[in-house]
Amino acid sequence: MSQTPLGLVRAAPAAPYTFTFDGRILTALPGQTLAAALWAAGIMSWRTTRGGGAPRGVFCGIGVCHDCLATVNGRPNQRACLVAVQPGDVVTVQEGTGHDATR
Amino acid sequence: MTPPVDLAVVGAGPAGLAAAVRAAGLGLSVALLDAGERPGGQFHRYPAPGLRAARPEALHHGWRHFARRLRQLETGGVTYLPRHHVWTVARGDGCWLLHAVVGPDETPATVRARAVLLATGAYERQLPFPGWTLPGVVGAGGAQAMLKSGLVLPGRRVVVAGSGPLLLAVAASLAAAGARVPAVVEAADYRAYGRSLPAVLRTPAKLAEGARYGGGLLRRSTRLLTRHAVTAAHGTARVEAVTVTRLDDHWRPVPGTGRRVPCDALAVGHGLVPQLDLAVGLGCATRRTADDTHALVVDADQATTVPGIWAAGESCGIGGADLALTEGEIAADAVARTLHDVPADPRRHAALTRRRTRLRAFADAMAAAHRPGPGWADWLDDATEVCRCEEVTAGRVREAVAGYGAHDTRTVKLLTRAGMGWCQGRMCGQAVARLAGGEGAAAVESRPLSCPVPLRPLAQLPPEAEEFRA
Ligand SMILES: Cc1cc2nc3c(=O)[nH]c(=O)nc-3n(C[C@H](O)[C@H](O)[C@H](O)COP(=O)(O)OP(=O)(O)OC[C@H]3O[C@@H](n4cnc5c(N)ncnc54)[C@H](O)[C@@H]3O)c2cc1C
Ligand code: FES
Repeated sequence: MSQTPLGLVRAAPAAPYTFTFDGRILTALPGQTLAAALWAAGIMSWRTTRGGGAPRGVFCGIGVCHDCLATVNGRPNQRACLVAVQPGDVVTVQEGTGHDATR
Repeated sequence: MTPPVDLAVVGAGPAGLAAAVRAAGLGLSVALLDAGERPGGQFHRYPAPGLRAARPEALHHGWRHFARRLRQLETGGVTYLPRHHVWTVARGDGCWLLHAVVGPDETPATVRARAVLLATGAYERQLPFPGWTLPGVVGAGGAQAMLKSGLVLPGRRVVVAGSGPLLLAVAASLAAAGARVPAVVEAADYRAYGRSLPAVLRTPAKLAEGARYGGGLLRRSTRLLTRHAVTAAHGTARVEAVTVTRLDDHWRPVPGTGRRVPCDALAVGHGLVPQLDLAVGLGCATRRTADDTHALVVDADQATTVPGIWAAGESCGIGGADLALTEGEIAADAVARTLHDVPADPRRHAALTRRRTRLRAFADAMAAAHRPGPGWADWLDDATEVCRCEEVTAGRVREAVAGYGAHDTRTVKLLTRAGMGWCQGRMCGQAVARLAGGEGAAAVESRPLSCPVPLRPLAQLPPEAEEFRA
């Protein structure tokens, strides 16, 4: 059997939560950041750029690059690599600046 | 108003944590401010408590020492302030004022202190290449951080590339966590360590660590390719393959040597860049390092050139977690001596100093070996986005240089907006400097605010900090 990150550190996480991502119901383990929960679901991008509309997700992984911005509960520009998922969060792909009026 | 604390430490990585715990042990009142959720900095990232990891040490070296310091942090009289991002340090009335924004709501907070220790660490250096903006291309240290804290992998088949000793550590962790790592692609040549073999030999622990990483990887059938680089990433919605190309001595790609390696993620990084914003804002002097970055100038006591401001860890030059915590302890002793006349224990002081000298020599040797060669810019085509935030291509930067005579990052920035986005040039600074004709290091970036600050805390600043608003 192949190793997994959870297996490596012998993690026995508490019960997962659900949240939605563009209408899809996903689960997160308690304490995981939004970026980690999305990676665990195989999702690597959740933003499109202002100019070219190109897909982006995590790049630096530590809060420096701002590539991983997502809209969480209607609030744009949340760094997915830093914010922890809360039960019931509604996450949407952030297009451009995330502010419809100024896009 | 409550009196100022004796010492405010910014950054709870190995350096800041060691300094805070040590200073409190010497009787100082200490506040430890850190932007993160949990102490440990970049090295000691560990799973959120809710993940209930029974064996977190599987992803860490030195876990035992770290666990001891965490206990001391809880019991030892340090005021630990997580989620506090310090955006400026200003001179107050007879003390320093550390202005922070707290938590996701960015509530303003100010800590007053008689002395300040900056232990703000580093972030990863990135050199762009065609396709580096594709999803699935992530920082090598970033992949490590996501694994250590969130227990997730960027893909199943992950190429690790760039330059520096961190690559081996990252590849080893990814492989241990179940990823296939078909290749570690290192632009430098480990034989370059040869010139500094004496430094390496005086640090056998480091060498053994390197050998262990390498050995573990070989068993998992990873190819280690030195003097090679990933010169392009391919894919549409995410990375599907990379081109690995041989480099000459100057890191120029050797024509005709490119090979495609299939993968679903690429973890890439070219060493680390000291995080200097707060220090530069205070006027602390910097020096150029052997791998073409800038680090703080500090004296034997870890004091910066600004009286009252000390620094320790990677903001004084990249050197690994052991060096960081050694510097943190030396700094704490020095601050205690300066403020409270606590005499130094001469044996301990000598041992710490020897250790710092040995680790620093090793770090400098590694930095020299992994210094980017000037030819790397040859792997950028005109369509490559250099600035990820503002989507500025290499072509537009080259045009600003050739057509409008821009010869430094500042002018390029004004002409193209490269470096004006959210990351404030932290991702593209090196590349822009190179394209603007510089041989190496970007000029020290002056970022008056260490992070994007909402207008409210700025408006609430007391008048004495006016000059720092910028
Ligand atoms: C992404 C990344 C991953 C790494 N992974 C490894 C690894 O796996 N193995 C390894 O051997 N080395 C790794 N390193 C190198 C390692 O970080 C260092 O050797 C070591 O952590 C340096 O310790 P430090 O105390 O100097 O700084 P750090 O550990 O970087 O700690 C600095 C701390 O300061 C905080 N900070 C910075 N600025 C501010 C501010 N303005 N306000 C408040 N807080 C602030 C940061 O949040 C951080 O917690 C990594 C580096 C990076 C950048
Ligand atoms: S991945 Fe860089 S800020 Fe989140």
